[in-house]
Amino acid sequence: MWALKLKGVPFEYIEEDLFTNKSELLLKSNPVYKKIPVLIHNGKPISESTVILEYIEETWPENPLLPVDPHERAIARFWIKFMEDKIPIMFAFFLSNPGEKQDKAKKDCLEVLRTIEEHGLKEDKKFFGGTNIGLTDLVFGLLAYQWELMEEIVGVKLMEVHSFPRLHTWAENFKSVSVIKENLPDRDRLFARLKGRKEVLVGSSKSH
Amino acid sequence: MADEVVLLDFWPSFFGMRARIALAEKGIYYQYRDEDLQDKSPLLLQMNPVNKKIPVLVHNGKPICESLIIVQYIDETWKGKSPLLPSNPLQQAQARFWADYVDKKIFPSLRDTWSTTGEQQEAARKEFIEALKVLEGELGEKPYFGGDSFGFLDVSLVPFYSWFYAVEKCGNFSTEAESPKIIAWAKRCMERESVAKSLPDSEKVYNYVLENKKKMGLE
Repeated sequence: MWALKLKGVPFEYIEEDLFTNKSELLLKSNPVYKKIPVLIHNGKPISESTVILEYIEETWPENPLLPVDPHERAIARFWIKFMEDKIPIMFAFFLSNPGEKQDKAKKDCLEVLRTIEEHGLKEDKKFFGGTNIGLTDLVFGLLAYQWELMEEIVGVKLMEVHSFPRLHTWAENFKSVSVIKENLPDRDRLFARLKGRKEVLVGSSKSH
Repeated sequence: MADEVVLLDFWPSFFGMRARIALAEKGIYYQYRDEDLQDKSPLLLQMNPVNKKIPVLVHNGKPICESLIIVQYIDETWKGKSPLLPSNPLQQAQARFWADYVDKKIFPSLRDTWSTTGEQQEAARKEFIEALKVLEGELGEKPYFGGDSFGFLDVSLVPFYSWFYAVEKCGNFSTEAESPKIIAWAKRCMERESVAKSLPDSEKVYNYVLENKKKMGLE
């Protein structure tokens, strides 16, 4: 969604009820996985978030979100894939309750954050790709705003500013981009929604 | 200045094969280095510090990691010959979607078919066969997944063909019986020099699998 807004592409947003009632349009558009997100452009569906991002980039080349240099592009894609692969780890932490599983989830998450801090972000660059926001930043967007709330719900802070200065600086840069700033959901509402999601999926705080 | 291209690889890796095929399609001269995965070279660890995995393409000293990203890089850098990704964004998206499907469905089920036993193996075999059938549907009557020309998705999937024989013996089934069109397509791909040169002999792969099974204590 951010990608489309950054490119100034008008679009219609359809919210899906994922748990009880997937719409026919969704099932028809993504018969292989039956998942969101799905982008439908002039009636043609495209699924899988990174495939969608690349499609948006190719179709609307104005306000480019990927570097021009092939090697820089390869690096951008590498980090996009990295974050996609690690999302289950981040969510495992979010859904965890105190106990052995949570200790492991904490360790795994910290390792992910450390890798990003050490290898993904460079001192002199504002964003993952350099001076401008790009696709990679969008994929890491979870860490800029929502993550803090998720940590609060779990009751464990992992992304401390003194341990992850580059990540914190990046998060501030990310949130100050006008398109992002204008589209950040209300903090309290997001907090309530996330808390509700965890309760539905896991039940309230019980030791596992 | 001449281009210096090095591929850090491991001979039975389907991911490595993808890079080999792409380089061959483009006629690029490169240095091939087989890695000992139990004893990774300092170059590999330096070039891929995050995942420490092969394949890694090193082009004039700069590393590119992750097989599908490497194939895209090769396609974008050496544009003159054999374009692999379609120019139309929608077709590109479809190629990427299905290549991702191959990674999500074919790779794990193929791996589990040879490396597990009992119920887990049975489930893996079923998933593998089902995934092949889905891909068969996607191929339809086309000579290649890319249409008339060999493309990105063909490169992404054909390496697994070198493992079919091994997996059939372990799982006790026939890919030809289950998905004849995929086999026909694979044989067509094997007629291309780039593919024939890049895939190891099936018997060699089978022996490698047997060795690993022994090490894992599975028969």
